[in-house]
Amino acid sequence: MLKFILKRLALLIPTLLGVITLVFFMIALAPGDPARVMLGERANAEQLAQLRSELGLDQPLSKQYMLYIGRVLRGDLGKSIVTQQKITKELSDRLPATIELALTATLFASILGIVLGVAAARKRNSWVDYSTMTGALVGVSMPVFWLALVLIMIFSVGLDLLPTGGRMNVRLYFRPITNFYLIDGIIMWFREGKSDYFVSALKHLILPTVALGTIPLAIIARTTRSSMLEVLKQDYVKTARAAGVPERKVVFRYALRNALLPVITVIGIQFGLLLSGAILTETIFAWPGIGKWIYHSIGARDFPAVQGGILFISFFFVTINLVVDLLYSVINPRIRLK
Amino acid sequence: MSDNMTKEIIEEEITPPAEPGFWKESWYQLTRNRAAMAGLIIISVFTLMAIFAPLAAPEDPLEQTIPARLTAPFTDGYILGTDDLGRDLLSRIIYGGRISLIIGVVSVSISLALGGVLGLVAGYFGGWVDRVIMRVIDIMLAFPYILLTIVIVAILGPSLMNAMVAIGISQMPRYARVLRASVMGEREQDYVLAERSLGTNNFELMFHTILPNALAPTMVQATLGVGEAILSSAGLSFLGLGAQPPTPEWGLMIASSKQFITSAWWVVTLPGIAILLAVLGFNLLGDGLRDILDPRLRD
Repeated sequence: MLKFILKRLALLIPTLLGVITLVFFMIALAPGDPARVMLGERANAEQLAQLRSELGLDQPLSKQYMLYIGRVLRGDLGKSIVTQQKITKELSDRLPATIELALTATLFASILGIVLGVAAARKRNSWVDYSTMTGALVGVSMPVFWLALVLIMIFSVGLDLLPTGGRMNVRLYFRPITNFYLIDGIIMWFREGKSDYFVSALKHLILPTVALGTIPLAIIARTTRSSMLEVLKQDYVKTARAAGVPERKVVFRYALRNALLPVITVIGIQFGLLLSGAILTETIFAWPGIGKWIYHSIGARDFPAVQGGILFISFFFVTINLVVDLLYSVINPRIRLK
Repeated sequence: MSDNMTKEIIEEEITPPAEPGFWKESWYQLTRNRAAMAGLIIISVFTLMAIFAPLAAPEDPLEQTIPARLTAPFTDGYILGTDDLGRDLLSRIIYGGRISLIIGVVSVSISLALGGVLGLVAGYFGGWVDRVIMRVIDIMLAFPYILLTIVIVAILGPSLMNAMVAIGISQMPRYARVLRASVMGEREQDYVLAERSLGTNNFELMFHTILPNALAPTMVQATLGVGEAILSSAGLSFLGLGAQPPTPEWGLMIASSKQFITSAWWVVTLPGIAILLAVLGFNLLGDGLRDILDPRLRD
């Protein structure tokens, strides 16, 4: 097992180096002078020269590349041109918001997806099955940003039940503690004895969670169903049934446990994707996370910020996928033998 | 006996699996798959509307009738109503279909060309060639798809053409992987070995002998890919990184009318339903094709 983990970790190094290289050259070889693009047409020669030397653009490309790799390995992603803040700081400020949303969306998608998938598999070719699978197909075919707007239209504008965006009612004058607002809400609940903060944080989370979680929900429901159908065909399930084990117990005690193996992998991959794929959702719901920040950095032509942002997210993505892989091999030892 | 004759005799005896009957049989199975046929019908309707857009659309999609702005559906002869500049929504959706189908087909062609060649070469030669190509593919897959697409467009500059290039590049790794896997499965088959023993060169073997037999899973991927490309380009346009106004692109139509969700539900809702239906069509057909063409699922 240790050997397997070490081997996977060793494979990570060339991938991460490749990611850094690709990110560097994507920006370095982009058409046009980056300094000119960042400062706009009205910048004078002096300003351009200063920014170029600040960014190291006056050095030869090979030297720039070496310097860049060195900096990234030291954990230095440079400074944002717009805010002059360290990019690592900008990212860590926004990370909790992104993680909070990705977690609630994954949770929503997993619970509902598994329940629906199991129901569909148990009642194969029934109306439950057909409507779940049709719903899943519609779910993966839907543009997320459109769903988000429709949800706002119905629940915020029409029914006036939920807020249209943000993380907390501004009138509560809330000062974040951990930056995970649900947790902060609970802390405040204990401290001040009122649930207002928690309720407000929860209300702000509902619509973005549903919008972001719909595609994973559809994928998880489909995976659970097909995996469950596969397992229910197995001999040990037939044996259990023949031995008179109650159907409920067969499904939930014996079959589900094995059927969930592939589902766990899918959930992990989806969580990784949600951390990065939240650009549209975060932008629509004014959710102050990394996705929205990258989008604004692109708009502001803040190349170091964009570079740092994608690098960070990709590292995160690769690491999560590795963890999922390792986790899968822990729960399913057959994989390791391959 | 001349070499050529030997070749002909051997070719007659060893029939590759993908004879014309394979596609005929697949088509027959497709017509019996209800979901796939539903998908095919949806795609056909959109394709016909796209081709005959000038005839199908009641109005010019760009013509503004300011006094008739934000007219509700089924009033004053506007079947789907008008947008904030008084443009006929039905006409814009019909013309938008043209753009979306082109985006889907062009993006997938780009990924097929790039990813297909890489996958074919990697799967055919194996060894260090395979390792180098797959390493690059793995690195590309380390970037989440949506993010990679957005960054490429951001670098190239926002436009519909660049959006298609970006989607094409970002989707490319999947085709490389799928085709590589099926090429590796075919490489050691008898009909390939027979061709090779006759001295057929690598290029011929790759493109004429193996490719047609290894294409089925890639076609499934391509069908699903068109749907995903339509979704992605709508997303890019929504963010202002794809089509630019006044192009009647579905995603852009939603973006430019989102401030009217409080007063005019149709301007946001209807273009979204158009995207949903078009993507659904490709997903239905793709799933159906997978059931039929993917040998792993075939009993």
